[in-house]
Amino acid sequence: MTTANKEPVNLVIKRKEKFSNNAVYYLMLAPFFVLFFLFTVLPVISSVILSFFDFDAVSFPRFAGVDNYLRMFVHDDVFPKALSNTLVLAIVTGPLGFLIAFMLAWMVNEFGPGVRTLLSFMFYAPALAGNVYFIWQILFSGDAYGYINSTLLSFGLIVEPIQWLRNPSYALPIICIVQLWMSMGVTFLSNISGLQNVNPELYEAGAIDGVKNRWHELWYITIPSMKSILMFGVVMQIQSAFSIAAVPQALCGYPSINNSTDTLVALITDVGTARYEMGYAAAISVILFIMMFATKNLLGKLVNLAGR
Amino acid sequence: MEATMSKADARRLKKLKLKAAKRDQYKRFTRTKSGNFFYTFFLILFGMFSVLPMYYCIITSFKPLDELLVFPPRFYVISPTVESYLTLPSLLDNLAVPLSRYAFNSIFVSVVATFLHVMVGSAAAYVLAKTNIPGKKIIFTIVQMSLLYNSYTLEIPRYIIYANMGIFDTYWAYILPAIPSSMGVFLMKQFMDTNIPDALIEAAKIDGAGSFRTFWSIAMPNVKPAWLTLTLFSFRDLWAAAPGSTIFSEELKTLPFAASTIAQSGIARQGCAMAVTVIMMIPPILVYLVTQSSVTQTMSSSGIK
Repeated sequence: MTTANKEPVNLVIKRKEKFSNNAVYYLMLAPFFVLFFLFTVLPVISSVILSFFDFDAVSFPRFAGVDNYLRMFVHDDVFPKALSNTLVLAIVTGPLGFLIAFMLAWMVNEFGPGVRTLLSFMFYAPALAGNVYFIWQILFSGDAYGYINSTLLSFGLIVEPIQWLRNPSYALPIICIVQLWMSMGVTFLSNISGLQNVNPELYEAGAIDGVKNRWHELWYITIPSMKSILMFGVVMQIQSAFSIAAVPQALCGYPSINNSTDTLVALITDVGTARYEMGYAAAISVILFIMMFATKNLLGKLVNLAGR
Repeated sequence: MEATMSKADARRLKKLKLKAAKRDQYKRFTRTKSGNFFYTFFLILFGMFSVLPMYYCIITSFKPLDELLVFPPRFYVISPTVESYLTLPSLLDNLAVPLSRYAFNSIFVSVVATFLHVMVGSAAAYVLAKTNIPGKKIIFTIVQMSLLYNSYTLEIPRYIIYANMGIFDTYWAYILPAIPSSMGVFLMKQFMDTNIPDALIEAAKIDGAGSFRTFWSIAMPNVKPAWLTLTLFSFRDLWAAAPGSTIFSEELKTLPFAASTIAQSGIARQGCAMAVTVIMMIPPILVYLVTQSSVTQTMSSSGIK
């Protein structure tokens, strides 16, 4: 018995095994894939097709070529403002929100199990409590009794109450703050679990091999061991940072004064719900998607660079 | 509990505790006391700010009528009362079907859909993360891309699909769309990538475990924090989901719908609304405590020692 004539038999068995294995794997994937295709892939495809049509949700769609796309940049006054607001919000709250969600998870992870559960509960509380930005409405109320206004008045820092949420130069920064404060959701908790899954033996080995402080440890051990969870956080953060709409709509209304806090997603909802221009709404969604996807690819490369 | 433990058990427990203490020894070299102090201080400050809305809801639900009318609203209550809670039962007459029916719907839909989502999503994630079947890369890319597409524009195509499937006005209209959430598959896949060594799967195969068996009893226990967290995300979202345009029958509507009906009636509206909000918060908080306390207590053990 030499290895030479043993090999072919092995290969045949392997191939057979592989075939039956693959069948099981496809079977495990099937329930997800069938439903995913029905409820997500098909709708996305039809939405992209719809972006080249005029469709009012009642009469039959009429082919419009690239009219919807041209209209955005040429004929729509709100679109450029919404685009710039969306980009400002995404650039400010995206990276900062991600950093906050990661750093706080990392800091919380320094404590024992009991304190850890309590602290992460406190940070996750806004997500558990539901629509919580009303608290900011109380704080930033425009009259003299609003908490911020009355405090500033009593210290003599301002002479008359400021219309925080109506004043275009304050509204957007306030939305940024509220949005950052709300960023402790999905990303935060997935980071907490990701940190739990880092093998503690790596830390021990690191301490022996000359890791001097927690920052070293973070950079050389923690971050490289949870790259794929960080990538999850990046994608979720891109999604939420580019899709901001609920907070500005609740605090400043839609349309806001001078469109100062209108965002693309708010515009999409308005175009679709109030004006029944589904084709145009779909076209804006496609543009928004392209921006998010480009950002994702760029940041994916950055995450891979960490810990080198 | 201590009393019922045998001596051998007690000894083993002591040993385990010692081991755990030893585990953290490395921290002596990489942590400073001032750093620890700063972290504690900072986290408590930040955490207190985070619980503010939840605290405000609870406080407001205990305010008597005259304190509810004070403007600006106070962040404390002078003479707490359970009046808001006591008026809730009388408001139930405004509901079309008994409260228990809404509650049953909510619990049934949240539990069943969460269970199916976690199972179906994890199985798919395992295949995407740990096998080499043709087409898996494309599928995973599509899953990631779908997360970035604005969901509002998908509503009309989805509506047409639901109509063609004939799931309008059934429990399926809640459950089926919740199962294939791409976020869940993405989360599970990322965890499985990092935390399930290929050697472990090879070992299971050599021991004769089938593909599904390997997934269920080798892969899943290794990513327990991930599916516990996913359970929480899914339950939280489903619990808060008000019936959309796909449900017409009153008997099939869920608690958030009943809650908004109750919140809009009664004299001390704001107080009642807050009381309802507080009651609605309880189940997600319970799920949070159950899942997360076991997430943070898992001594991260990779399968290979």
